[in-house]
Amino acid sequence: MSDQESAVITPPAEPDTKAGPRRMTLNMGPQHPSTHGVLRLVLELDGETIISAQPDIGYLHTGIEKEFEAKFYQQAVTLTDRIDYLAPLSNNLCYCLAVERLLQIEIPPKAQWMRVMLTELTRLNSHLVWLGTHAIDIGAMSVFLYCFREREEILRIFEMFSGQRMMTSYFRIGGLALAPPRGWRERVKKFIDIFPSRIDEYEDLLTSNPIWMGRTQGIGYMSLADMLDLGVTGPMLRAAGLASDARKQEPYSSYDKFDFEVATQTDSDVFARYQVRVEEMRQSARIVKQAMEGMPEGPHTADAPKVVLPEREKMKTQMESLIYHFKIVTEGFRVPEGEVYQVIESPRGELGYYVVSDGTSKPYRVHIHGPSFGNLQGLPKMVEGLLISDVIASLGSMDFVLGDSDR
Amino acid sequence: MTLPEGLEPFALASSDRFGELTVEIAPEKLVEACRLLKYDLKFERLSTVTAVDRFPSQPRFEVVYHLQSIARKERLRLKCRLSGDQPEIDSATVVWRGANWFEREVFDLFGIRFRNHPDLRRIMMPEDWEGHPLRKDYPVTGPNV
Repeated sequence: MSDQESAVITPPAEPDTKAGPRRMTLNMGPQHPSTHGVLRLVLELDGETIISAQPDIGYLHTGIEKEFEAKFYQQAVTLTDRIDYLAPLSNNLCYCLAVERLLQIEIPPKAQWMRVMLTELTRLNSHLVWLGTHAIDIGAMSVFLYCFREREEILRIFEMFSGQRMMTSYFRIGGLALAPPRGWRERVKKFIDIFPSRIDEYEDLLTSNPIWMGRTQGIGYMSLADMLDLGVTGPMLRAAGLASDARKQEPYSSYDKFDFEVATQTDSDVFARYQVRVEEMRQSARIVKQAMEGMPEGPHTADAPKVVLPEREKMKTQMESLIYHFKIVTEGFRVPEGEVYQVIESPRGELGYYVVSDGTSKPYRVHIHGPSFGNLQGLPKMVEGLLISDVIASLGSMDFVLGDSDR
Repeated sequence: MTLPEGLEPFALASSDRFGELTVEIAPEKLVEACRLLKYDLKFERLSTVTAVDRFPSQPRFEVVYHLQSIARKERLRLKCRLSGDQPEIDSATVVWRGANWFEREVFDLFGIRFRNHPDLRRIMMPEDWEGHPLRKDYPVTGPNV
């Protein structure tokens, strides 16, 4: 950076006279394109080297946790979509699982498998956006176009199931919102048959690309001990050598019936995180394939008429269904007193919903532990001593969503 | 699930519901209990810190800590009850550095102060915001509506 440029961005207030002339404070964001949303970083620099980085979050705080307390349990599903816009179905799932545990209702196998299939497609969707934007940040423009080609097909599959591309709300308390649409199997099969070869294409563009390797290898190192201490989870932890994955360790929604590997690496740098996520895409594709081929038959909602909305057809012919429908819509359903902390593996790491019920039809308190929140806390440690351009690569390797951290 | 060994002297009460263990701890013993849990009982990770406002009943606040032990494949919930006027508790940042932001969030949204916290500022709301939005006596529609 030339002297002239640095003169423009140095804030005029209180220059630190003790520091050398190369020292300055640089504001990165909240509108910087590589911060993927509204993250503000206050960087303390010596020349181009980072002395310290201070993340400033909260720009996307929308009070979602407060809003939960004013909604019926079944209405609040729509709020969960809006927390992490790249993984709405993971948030749907985690919330529904938490409330279902409080209600102690059993979800039929078909709904469970469908949930697994769609959350894995969500993981693919999220990782594809991550890979495309991460590559763009580092300068590889074309990868983005390849990734969004496949992402488009995943969004079309979501639209087929739920009528929505992003704010799906497809998982409801007690099962699925709608019966799976006719022809879903062919659609998913067509996608998943071709997808592994598409991952090969991305890898051809990046994995042994000297520029990509130069920009990512050995950059953004963070030790496993620091990560555990600071609350970092997900692919970042796995890239540091710890095979921590809630799908294996605390299986939910019948993940224990699926055959897949937990991807790990040991270098704990930007490149290792890239390798972990690419391998995760391959594993997710395996899970989707297994779910699609072995999809059990049966109902898609639990047998719990007080919780699950009845079918439209039955409401016209059966008095009881009409009554239950009226009751659920007008006054909700009561959830027994208690509290649960449900954890799932979202594309970004450990996603937790802490739901406290006081026995009424609205949650008393819902706390969402978004993985991006813990991951961002590790950022200052990760970028200390790096150059500004490496901060861009490190940010990309964290794959955070600000809606998820600010809520 | 049973109470981890050595935690008995700290536990005021404990319950096991929905397969989750909850242990209630006196607020002044929190840091001591956390040290024991992290270093002797292998609860390496602090998953999240949050609070529940039981307004208008007393003691008003529950500060809730969710811990995870990767080695033991267990989770544990710690709970400390605090009274409503000037709620204060020791910070867990001396045990897990990651408690920093979690506690800032609780401070911001509930107004619970954490003693010995290195950087107790608001994190979600603007710095000049008045009130603590997740308290039960704070209207859902926001102030002055």
